[in-house]
Amino acid sequence: MIGVLLRGVLAGSILSGTLLLYATLGEVIVERSGIVNLGLEGILLIGASVAFAIASVTGSAYLGVLAAAAAGGIAMLLFGYLVVGRRANQLATGLAMMFFGMGVSALVGKSFVGGVIAGLPKYRVPWLSYLPWVKGSTLFNWDILVYLAIPVAVLAWWLLFRTRWGLGVRAVGESPTAAFAAGRRPELLQYQALFLGGLLGGVAGAHLSVSLTMTWNEGMTSGRGFIAIALVIFSKWHPLRAIVGAIVFGGAEALQLQLQAQGAQVSPFLLDMLPYILTLAVLIAWGGARRSAAPAGLGRTFYGTE
Amino acid sequence: MSAGLSAAASVRRVISRAPLFLRYLFIIALALGIFALILVAAGKDPFKAYADTFAYTFGNVYGFSELIVRMIPLLLTAVAVAFPARIGMINVGGEGQLYMGAWLASGGALALSGFPAWALLPLMTLLGFIGGAVWAAIPGILRAKKVVNETIATLLLNYVAPMIISYFVFGPWRGVESSSYPQSPAFSDGARLPSFFNTRIHVGLLFALVSLLAYWAIVEKTRWGVQMRAIGGNPEAAERLGIPLVLYMVIVMAIGGGVAGLAGMGEVSAIQGRLRQGLSPGYGFTGFLIAWLAGGNPLGILLMTFLFAVITSVGDILQITQGLPYSVVNILMAVILFVVLGRRSVRRASR
Repeated sequence: MIGVLLRGVLAGSILSGTLLLYATLGEVIVERSGIVNLGLEGILLIGASVAFAIASVTGSAYLGVLAAAAAGGIAMLLFGYLVVGRRANQLATGLAMMFFGMGVSALVGKSFVGGVIAGLPKYRVPWLSYLPWVKGSTLFNWDILVYLAIPVAVLAWWLLFRTRWGLGVRAVGESPTAAFAAGRRPELLQYQALFLGGLLGGVAGAHLSVSLTMTWNEGMTSGRGFIAIALVIFSKWHPLRAIVGAIVFGGAEALQLQLQAQGAQVSPFLLDMLPYILTLAVLIAWGGARRSAAPAGLGRTFYGTE
Repeated sequence: MSAGLSAAASVRRVISRAPLFLRYLFIIALALGIFALILVAAGKDPFKAYADTFAYTFGNVYGFSELIVRMIPLLLTAVAVAFPARIGMINVGGEGQLYMGAWLASGGALALSGFPAWALLPLMTLLGFIGGAVWAAIPGILRAKKVVNETIATLLLNYVAPMIISYFVFGPWRGVESSSYPQSPAFSDGARLPSFFNTRIHVGLLFALVSLLAYWAIVEKTRWGVQMRAIGGNPEAAERLGIPLVLYMVIVMAIGGGVAGLAGMGEVSAIQGRLRQGLSPGYGFTGFLIAWLAGGNPLGILLMTFLFAVITSVGDILQITQGLPYSVVNILMAVILFVVLGRRSVRRASR
């Protein structure tokens, strides 16, 4: 019984954690450039609805994922136009993006409510997936986005900490003026970081609709965008630490589902609160340590140096 | 390209010289235009939708009264945002606070169903206020103690509150006569806020107007208002002047939440007459937009609330006549915000 529960939680935490990881990585890159995107929830919704719609129409879940990434990227360029190009307030623009995503996804997904799609194909790991304990669970029988999640996190780390581009992005996040003085172009780097964040956010939303649930429902991301924003704080703006965070938070969601599946004598609504309460609890526990790790220029508007 | 840009610049110049009223009219016209293009792209008829909305809201007395009914929760949730905003706190949790107010007020209504209205209604009002206030005090304390940013905390709590309601209407408070539908039993007559003139306009309107008036009076006419402005301007300096920063943050946030809780109380007591899921189609979030667009100005809040009551009616119309989900109206709200955000910064940057 405990073994089954453990296996279920482990398997579920990897599935739920994948989408959280993509979303968190995107937000880490964005926030490293000094911009807070509170509209991540909206980007996830756009990604989920576009991926499902394209997968329904074309029959290819992969095309759905690509389209979702593109849609996320484009939406973030719109966000970028406002916060970078027009120097608008980031929090208000982020919330506007959330509304935008809620509305656009409802419009896009409208004809696909109740629709059925094939979903992303799954591939077994040759030997591991046939181990006795693993057999009969989803462990080592994953779609390509799960396999790619950790490599993408490593790639994001490499981009941010081992390339000239990443150095520029982080410099802009600390002080756009100093980065400008050093010959970098803060606005361009921020646009690039936002676009990348949008691609990842779109993929995260896509994984929810074309792999996890294989359905489209209005508002189906149910706050995962905000959980991912909290995860950025939890992981101290570091892509590799985000992996741990995503698995832990994915685990909370998985535990909740497993307890329900095992017929625990707790109301499902109380269990549904678990991820949000846990997020808040983690933020409280991490509260003191986070300030030193945040990019110094986070959330401040760069008015240029002219 | 450059011709387009210079044309846009000259349009902008004309607009920025126009009186404020015309400027807002232009923003709304532009947003309606962009939203219309999106609807056309989706194969819908925006002009019919706009015309229907106009006929539905301004065409007869009942439609107009429904606008005022909708203004009640919007006004309250807008004040719930504007008040903490004075000290620089961003309360995006109006939705959750509304639900918690509704929940606690319902608890009172169900537990004391034998009470007469003159005793029960004030008690429910108080409970509604407390429900929202406690829910907002949590992020208030966390922010005041510099533990968690209030924006993210209020957003997260928005997701918890409706689940508490769901738990109660599916569980302990589930009505016997309505066992097929998850909702509480109907409230007793003593728990129903009275309505006026055969419409659904209810006493909650007074709550809303009094809250707005109190907001204006506190902010503009009292020593507290002066201190709040000092905190909003420069918290460190305010603290050095001896203003109790932590106390202000918690209390102001709690009062804001309490006002949002009154909106929830009004919805269950006057409109629904029982507790059920899905009480609010995002009133808390819309209230945030209203307060933000009005820049905290009380008269601005009143006008913006009216405007957003009309705009959310577009959502109803799209749902009823064009088979679109209500949430599509969120695009229109977002576009209005985009236009304002994109414009406002021009003026700031040119300064």
